[in-house]
Amino acid sequence: MAVQKLPLAKALNESLRKALETDPKVLIMGEDVGKLGGVFRVTDGLQKDFGEDRVIDSPLAESGIVGTAIGLALRGYRPVVEIQFDGFVFPAYDQIVTQLAKMHARALGKVKMPVVIRIPYGGGIGAVEHHSESPEALFAHVAGLKVVSPSNSSDAYWMLQQAIQSDDPVIFFEPKRRYWDKGEVDTEAIPGELHKARVAREGSDLTLAAYGPMVKVCLEAAAAAEEEGKSIEVLDLRSMSPIDFDSIQRSVEKTRHLVVVHEAPVFYGSGAEIAARITERCFYHLEAPVLRVGGYHAPYPPARLEEEYLPGLDRVLDAVDRSLAY
Amino acid sequence: MTVESTAARKTTRRSSGAKRTTSAAGAKKAPAAQGAEPELVQLLTPEGERVQHPDYDIDLSAEELRGLYRDMVLTRRFDAEATSLQRQGELGLWASLLGQEAAQIGSGRALRDDDYVFPTYREHGVAWVRGVDPTNLLGMFRGVNHGGWDPNSNNFHLYTIVIGSQTLHATGYAMGIAKDGADSAVIAYFGDGASSQGDVNEAFTFSAVYNAPVVFFCQNNQWAISEPTEKQTRVPLYQRARGFGFPGVRVDGNDVLACLAVTRSALERARRGEGPTLVEAFTYRMGAHTTSDDPTKYRRDEEREAWEAKDPILRLKAYLEREGHADEAFFEALEAESEALGKRVREGVRTMPDPDDMAIFENVYADGHALVDEERAQFAAYQASFADGEVK
Repeated sequence: MAVQKLPLAKALNESLRKALETDPKVLIMGEDVGKLGGVFRVTDGLQKDFGEDRVIDSPLAESGIVGTAIGLALRGYRPVVEIQFDGFVFPAYDQIVTQLAKMHARALGKVKMPVVIRIPYGGGIGAVEHHSESPEALFAHVAGLKVVSPSNSSDAYWMLQQAIQSDDPVIFFEPKRRYWDKGEVDTEAIPGELHKARVAREGSDLTLAAYGPMVKVCLEAAAAAEEEGKSIEVLDLRSMSPIDFDSIQRSVEKTRHLVVVHEAPVFYGSGAEIAARITERCFYHLEAPVLRVGGYHAPYPPARLEEEYLPGLDRVLDAVDRSLAY
Repeated sequence: MTVESTAARKTTRRSSGAKRTTSAAGAKKAPAAQGAEPELVQLLTPEGERVQHPDYDIDLSAEELRGLYRDMVLTRRFDAEATSLQRQGELGLWASLLGQEAAQIGSGRALRDDDYVFPTYREHGVAWVRGVDPTNLLGMFRGVNHGGWDPNSNNFHLYTIVIGSQTLHATGYAMGIAKDGADSAVIAYFGDGASSQGDVNEAFTFSAVYNAPVVFFCQNNQWAISEPTEKQTRVPLYQRARGFGFPGVRVDGNDVLACLAVTRSALERARRGEGPTLVEAFTYRMGAHTTSDDPTKYRRDEEREAWEAKDPILRLKAYLEREGHADEAFFEALEAESEALGKRVREGVRTMPDPDDMAIFENVYADGHALVDEERAQFAAYQASFADGEVK
């Protein structure tokens, strides 16, 4: 069966399985990825089928996981490491930023760093602190890293394999609150480019640009806006580094209004980068300033407050109204 | 009854309080790291006398001994030249290895070609024995690149400036060797200061858990910039290994023969699949941490003088002469070779080309990146606008 309906987490699991089958140099590493199959079961069953030598339970040491992955990559392996949750990546941040990102450049291109770092990220699952954050801008800001995030099962399946095939380090942010959402996966399709945005819904009045967990919210907002007679285009950016500005520009030249939506704090976030660049590119096309909807400049709140913190349908629609009112 | 028991309680309290005070004061006065020094593995005394060690024996020909001496002399010469070049403004910075020649040449000469080296930024002697062109080491200090050599051409990884990071790369690489079923080994260099870093401790954990064929070679040169070893540890560094589940050994880091023997033994252990070893080479940084600091601000002259008496080059020279392993012609020829090396390094640095402007955008990514492409084009157009002006 080429086309299957799979939850996003299962699509990732199938993707990893395919990568392990295709290339003997691919390794999975991380805390609890073996017997348990990962705390979200993304690596479920892989150690059983590929052995402890390919699917490696690591000591509880994030810097060690990424640092040894760098060494394995230098030896010719393609490690795919799992950081258990977004807020736990920081012990490894030094290795990612000072070593992984720069190795290719420091070696004048003589070594490659095909390392994928999978990070379940974002909120909406009622978790305790350090389990709900969206640190993508911190990685996108670092030259040498690529940063992507799928929003659906099909992209989860294909983008992860493309990330593993890349000779560059890729930070792969998985929208954990979408892990259980089902979607069609065509395992024989020809996938789109890893860093190309996708028009998730066509529209003519305003563009909503989002990625990862917020794509679904934006699609719901577009459906709600349609009832009010507004035609909203939704762009799934898919990649935060590089960002496919050409696709955003094309959409904005048509709709003349742009709202960027993400869970991460708005301040210094990816929305700021998109707003600045699109303002440069589309200054004479825009009929309103680019607006941003996202988290606040505050620690991610306790679970009972996260619905207030996270952009929901109403906050997105409010921004749509403000943009169209200019 | 009541009075008695109160008194008894008081006594107990007072005595336990007194005990705590004693032990705290004791710890302050005499931390283990400063206590009686553990025995070093030594095969050559500071006077150049050959001594035996029950666990580490070595039998070298006169030619091999002369080779070690040559390596140390040329490395010291290269290092001195680089220090001078920094003083002359040709290098932005230099991290001298003066005093650590035996630790580096001894351990480096224990390696096979298929072994892999992960250095810090001071392993000029190890680079020398790996056949890395010395001028390549100067690029980063001159500011023309951040490393710039192909690590795979000599199995000598790039210098790593963030302290201790490379010990994890070494461990991962060694894990890869084990997966490949190869019998080569990895050596990771770091200093006494790095032993405090989390990464080094994580590398110890990973290497022990996965039984990785890696030798951790700590050059304890007594100072991490201005901080002495006792600011890093309360126990002798080599003893740390035991807690991670592998052996540690302290070797006289100024004795090239002992460094060679101990490292060779640790590498063989790794090759046999018996896992990591920590070697602590007890040595001394004779100069500054880098040309940017001033050791007279933080250490006493007497200390340096005491270590000068243990100079690694002089002791091997004394041995070579005593045993008749080298004649005057050898030393004269080496002096000439040393001069030639100095000249080559000077000329190499002064004629080293600055990188092309566009190098900023090169090798940022292996597969390309739209933003880098865009900025490269903008930069090129901006540069070209000046060129147009010049033509007019």
